[in-house]
Amino acid sequence: MTKPEDKLTWKDIEVGAIATEPGSASQNRTGDWRSRRPTYDQTKCNKCGLCQTYCPEGCILKNEDGFYEADLYYCKGCGICAKECPKKVITMVEEKE
Amino acid sequence: MAKRTGMEVSIAVSEAVKMAKADVIAAYPITPQTHIVEHLAELVAQGELDAEYIPVESEHSAMSACLGSSAVGARTFTATAGQGLELMHEVVYVASSMRLPIVMAVANRALSAPLSVWGDHSDVMAVRDVGWIQIFVENGQEAVDNTLCAFRIAEDRRVLLPVMVHLDGFHLSHMVEPLLFPDQKEVDEFLPPNNYPYPLNPNKPVTMGDFAPPVVYTEAKWAQEINVEKSKDTILDVWKQFGDKFGRYYKPVETYRAEDCDTLLMTMGSFSETAMMAIDKMREAGKKIGLFRIRLWRPFPYEEVRQTAKNAQTLIVLDRAISLGGVGGPVASEMRNALYPLAQRPKVVGFVGGLGGRDISPADFETIVNRGIEIAKKGSDREFEIFGVREE
Repeated sequence: MTKPEDKLTWKDIEVGAIATEPGSASQNRTGDWRSRRPTYDQTKCNKCGLCQTYCPEGCILKNEDGFYEADLYYCKGCGICAKECPKKVITMVEEKE
Repeated sequence: MAKRTGMEVSIAVSEAVKMAKADVIAAYPITPQTHIVEHLAELVAQGELDAEYIPVESEHSAMSACLGSSAVGARTFTATAGQGLELMHEVVYVASSMRLPIVMAVANRALSAPLSVWGDHSDVMAVRDVGWIQIFVENGQEAVDNTLCAFRIAEDRRVLLPVMVHLDGFHLSHMVEPLLFPDQKEVDEFLPPNNYPYPLNPNKPVTMGDFAPPVVYTEAKWAQEINVEKSKDTILDVWKQFGDKFGRYYKPVETYRAEDCDTLLMTMGSFSETAMMAIDKMREAGKKIGLFRIRLWRPFPYEEVRQTAKNAQTLIVLDRAISLGGVGGPVASEMRNALYPLAQRPKVVGFVGGLGGRDISPADFETIVNRGIEIAKKGSDREFEIFGVREE
C-alpha cells in the first residue's frame, strides 16, 4: 500500500478490495484500542510462557532476560494473560492518556 | 452448423454449461432447479464434462465452495431457487464484492410461508441489491444463449462480476422446447478459457474478503458500484458479438408491437410470451398497445427504459413478487423511479399477480390492461392492485 488508508480514493481500491501485500495487517496499530495495559512483577515469574500461549493477538514475546512481555503496539489490553498467569505476575492497570 | 433439438429447458441449461466447459460445479438440489444440477452431475459422472462436482450439504456451502473455486481461477457454475437462494444470501454478497465471476442459474420460485415450490419472482427481488449482473430470460433458447454469454460477461477483465441467469421456475424450467445448440467449436471460439487475473496462488499470496475499517469501506463500495454500472458496456458488447456469431441478438430491454402506442404493458421473464398473445388480440381490436420487457435487470438499463417508455401515456407493470407493506411491485417501483425525472412520462400503474405459480392467461392480461387504463384515468385509492385474488 503506497498511500496511507485515509488518503486512498475509490480508484486506489484493488479489484474485489483484495490485499496484495501479505502480512500488511501487521501495520495496523491495534494497541490504541487498549483501555488497560499489562504490568509485570517479574520477581514472581517462573517463565512458564502460559501468557504467550493464551494471548489471542500473539503479541507476547520473550525479552532479552527470558521474561515475557506484550508488544504494546498490538496489545489490545484484553487481560487474558493476567487471568491465566499461575503466579499472578501480571496486573492490568488503567491507561491514563 | 447448429442442431435443432427438443429438450427440457433445465437440461438445456446444463448442456450449455457443459459446452462452456465449466471446471467446478458446487450445488444443492432444490425445486424447481433440481434438473439442472442433477443433469450436470450425470454429465460429470459419465465423463462427458471434465469438471469437479461438489455435492455440498446446503446452498450456503454451495456458494461458499463457488467462492473458493472461482478464486483459484476455475470456471464456476451453480444453480438454485427460492429458499435455496435465501439460504446462500450472505455469501451471494461476498461473491460480487470479491469480484468473482461465478455464473448461477436461478429457477425463480416463491418464498415460504406458506410453502410453495412454484414459480414467481420473490427470490429474485430479495437479491436485487447484491451487486450481481442479473439477466431475465423468456424462453429456452434465451436460457441457453445467455448461459453462454453469462460466462463470457462474468470473466471479462472489464467486468469480473458474478452473473445470475433468471428463468421462471416450472413455467420455463420444465418446458420442453425446440432449441438450437451451437457446435462446440463455435462455443470455444466465442468463449475462451477463463483467465482470472488474481487467482489464489501460494507464490503470489493475496488476502481476499479482507477487513475494511470505516476509513476505506465507503471507497470499496463506490468502486464496486462504478464497476457494476460500467459492466453494461461489456454486456452490450458480448451480446453484439454473440449475435454476430450465432445470429441471435439480445438487448437490455425488448419491445413487441410498441410502435406508436399509448399504453405499454411490462412483464419480466416467461410471461412475456403469453402477454404477446394478448397484445396481438388487442392490436387487432385497434388498441394502441405494446409490450415492454426488461431483460437486463442489473445493472438497471435506465437509458433504454426511459427511451422506450417516455412517449407512452400509461405504463402497466405486472410484478410477480410483492414487497409487503411497501411499494407492492418492486419492478413498478423501479419504473416510477426511472421515469420520475422525465418532463414527459407515462402514468405507472402497478399490478401484482402470478404469485406462487399461478397462471396468467392472455385473457387475464387483457383484463389487467383494461383495469390499468381505467386506473390511469380515474386514479385509485391503492398504491398497487393485486390481480386475481378471490374476494368472496
